[in-house]
Amino acid sequence: MRKQGGRPDAGRRRLLRAGAALGGAALAGSAALAAAEQMVTLPIANGARRFAAYPQKRPLIVMTERPVQLETPMAMFDSAFTPNDAFFVRWHISNVPTSVDAAAHRIKVHGLVNNPLSLSVADLRNNYEQVEIAAVCQCSGNSRGLSEPRVMGGEWTNGAMGNAMWKGVRLRDILAKAGLQKGALQVRFNGLDTGPMTSVPDLVKALDVDQALREEVIVAYSMNGQPLPILNGFPVRLVVPGWYATYWVKMLEDVEVISSVENNFWMNPAYRIPANDCACAVPGKPIPKTVPINRMNVRSFITSMADGAQVRAGQQVAVRGIAFDGGYGIRRVLFSADGGKSWNEARLGKDHGNYSFREWEIGFKAPSAGSYALQAMAVNGIGESQQISNPRWNPAGYMRNVVETVRVQAV
Amino acid sequence: MKPILKNLSLALAALGLSACVTPSVADKSSVTLPPETAHFKPGSGSDVATTYCTICHSPDYIYMQPAQDRAGWTGAVNKMRKVFGAPIPEEQVKVIVDYLMAQNGKQ
Repeated sequence: MRKQGGRPDAGRRRLLRAGAALGGAALAGSAALAAAEQMVTLPIANGARRFAAYPQKRPLIVMTERPVQLETPMAMFDSAFTPNDAFFVRWHISNVPTSVDAAAHRIKVHGLVNNPLSLSVADLRNNYEQVEIAAVCQCSGNSRGLSEPRVMGGEWTNGAMGNAMWKGVRLRDILAKAGLQKGALQVRFNGLDTGPMTSVPDLVKALDVDQALREEVIVAYSMNGQPLPILNGFPVRLVVPGWYATYWVKMLEDVEVISSVENNFWMNPAYRIPANDCACAVPGKPIPKTVPINRMNVRSFITSMADGAQVRAGQQVAVRGIAFDGGYGIRRVLFSADGGKSWNEARLGKDHGNYSFREWEIGFKAPSAGSYALQAMAVNGIGESQQISNPRWNPAGYMRNVVETVRVQAV
Repeated sequence: MKPILKNLSLALAALGLSACVTPSVADKSSVTLPPETAHFKPGSGSDVATTYCTICHSPDYIYMQPAQDRAGWTGAVNKMRKVFGAPIPEEQVKVIVDYLMAQNGKQ
């Protein structure tokens, strides 16, 4: 297993060589390299970022270089499934393997089990029922940069999310083969990434047994019909549909059944929310009780138009977007072109299952020239809707789901 | 995966196309990450910040944060020491905090 590093310019050279190998595509290849130098300023203080094309990725917004964190531009969400090469990247600790041999990779299943297992990817493919599920992977801190007052952390805007068709095997089928022993309380998961010093807490995440045994939770070796990009967890990652990405352990290598509640840094105090109905807090005020972050709340986005876009007055345009929640499915998406004074029902697109992005679309005609505040508000299968105003605040900037606004100009 | 396929899929990725030539079973994935470009800007204490902070992370972790007051940056540096074991000597904490205040501080 190799760590980050190596010849600094090898990736770029390879890209150039590959472009040349494609002959006529070489010119487009250099256009892609030029794009790699592009900058963007996100609508937050200290929001200047550059675009760069990392291996197996198209140019994405670079939040940090080491450990690497890449944000997906909103325009990439203008369809139900997010391409693998556009999928956001988030690592916590900096020794991220850059070379992984899937044939040699093993997932150790141990702890409070009757039959400890050592599973290869071939074992997963050959000895278990193969299942597929469309599911949104969203960072707990997605949109943290929009918190007001601002909080420290990964300063994402809304692009730390993506939807993919994941294929693999049910975790519960693996655990059934291993045989849970009495007293099993949680299952904890570890991947190949490690800290640069032994003092850095390893990224270990845990689920209660009842959550780990949920039918939808899978160990996935395929993403949108392809192997996972290495920066998204090749060769296998845990997929916990409906729950935030912190539990979707990448490069999964260790599954351990334990009789206690896992209490390492990444479970406590990190990745916790106030234990109240709104997961909210007041800046500066103590929080009496916290719980591990868990199910995602309902959100929606306009994806076909960016803030500042121009439309023709009197001319109908289609406004498109996506909506998702933590597993109850999207029941309705409402659209407003007047900053929330009036709402109209958008048409929902194909249903890819309760854990997927759901596309929506509605016609919009600006009656006259001027500024229009476009908004979408989703309602999920149990009637939960987005916040309309007063965005929740908590010290880690988790779980933003206020209605977002895209301002367009009709000319 | 054969090198030519890897090159092709990389090139297609650069062109914004899906790499439909990539087989669905990959035995090995090997990449080289681009070189780091972020650096601590010149200023008193930049050498100390570079020595200790970049053991674990690139300097962009500092510059992306909302501006912090002295208590905020002191808390961040102490979190790095206590939670992650950053080997920052006690007497260098102020040097780093002063530098962070100059780089991305608010009064």
